[in-house]
Amino acid sequence: MTYIDPHIHMVSRTTDDYQRMAQAGCLAITEPAFWAGFDRSSPKGFYDYFRQLTESEPNRAAQFGIRHFTWLCINPKEAEDPGFAREVMSLIPDFLDRPNVLGVGEIGLNKNSRNELEIFEAHVEFAAQRDQLILVHTPHLEDKRKGTRLIMDAIKRNGRIDPGRVLIDHIEEHTVKMVLDAGFWAGMTLYPDTKCTPQRAADIFEMYGTERIWINSAGDWGVSDPLAVPKCQVELRRRGHTEDLVRRVSLENPQTFLSQSPKFRVNER
Amino acid sequence: MAPATPSCPASRSKVIELYFLEHRAKVLDLAAFLDRLDRAADDIGHEDFRVAALKQSIALLLDGHGQRAKRVLDHFSDPSETPIESAAGMKGAFGVYPGGKAGVI
Ligand SMILES: [Zn+2]
Repeated sequence: MTYIDPHIHMVSRTTDDYQRMAQAGCLAITEPAFWAGFDRSSPKGFYDYFRQLTESEPNRAAQFGIRHFTWLCINPKEAEDPGFAREVMSLIPDFLDRPNVLGVGEIGLNKNSRNELEIFEAHVEFAAQRDQLILVHTPHLEDKRKGTRLIMDAIKRNGRIDPGRVLIDHIEEHTVKMVLDAGFWAGMTLYPDTKCTPQRAADIFEMYGTERIWINSAGDWGVSDPLAVPKCQVELRRRGHTEDLVRRVSLENPQTFLSQSPKFRVNER
Repeated sequence: MAPATPSCPASRSKVIELYFLEHRAKVLDLAAFLDRLDRAADDIGHEDFRVAALKQSIALLLDGHGQRAKRVLDHFSDPSETPIESAAGMKGAFGVYPGGKAGVI
């Protein structure tokens, strides 16, 4: 069955990952801008990263019939220095009209600090002014519940953002309800050790339904799995869920959210 | 306790058939991890806050209430509500909130 992986960092993956994903039914991926595992030494490092996300990755994906889309921002792990962060943000307008850019992301919080929050709010305002979709990273582990609340409060405070145009990612059992109840989209990340397993993602669908929710691998430079979405499809089938449900969560839901950008398109096989 | 409307399409016996061995292995991993800690030289002098929280979370599994995964995550979470002053030099996370609620579930 075909699928979309709406959150994966292909710049950190090899070309044979694209090949294996295509073989597993991947039609499209979206790649948010994030931390590279080390801090860039200057805003120029981000300029090149944005070129990679908008120029070279779409070509690499196209070799395997996979459409590549992206989101731009300065990620929260490099946002503790507001001056540096704002310099990086000033590069984004030049890239925003490129054909594979869907919006602003993955913005959010990492350690829930004042400066991270200031830069998060600046991105939310940037997206509001330009009517961009937003993809949100929530903090890991013990920082997630607090960070998710701070993030939702900040978006509400802005007052100009439709929650139906915001996806809050990396939700788990303790944050899914607050995100969905507030009208946002929710993302479940199938990432070994620190986030959800395919089994727990299936449990969350059973407990909270399949509306406004998607699954992704967030595959990156860490221990992660670019085939996590098809593995979750298998998990859902294994316990008796219908093909309709499998298709909804792994293909139609991402399509519905992402199609709010006129640039998003997949060629159905 | 049987649910009014089951939300898992597999029956209870099917769930056991599908997942029992996987979780049997996970309990053994946990047991071996605690044994390994006992065998290791003590360079801390007191129980590590993460291990303490992990042991406390095991009690949550057996208290007869549902929402176990959510309650374990809540137990590990930072309970504060305001941003911290600075994240300079901080990148990662511990897995368990280091301040506060030690000893309290
Ligand atoms: Zn990511």
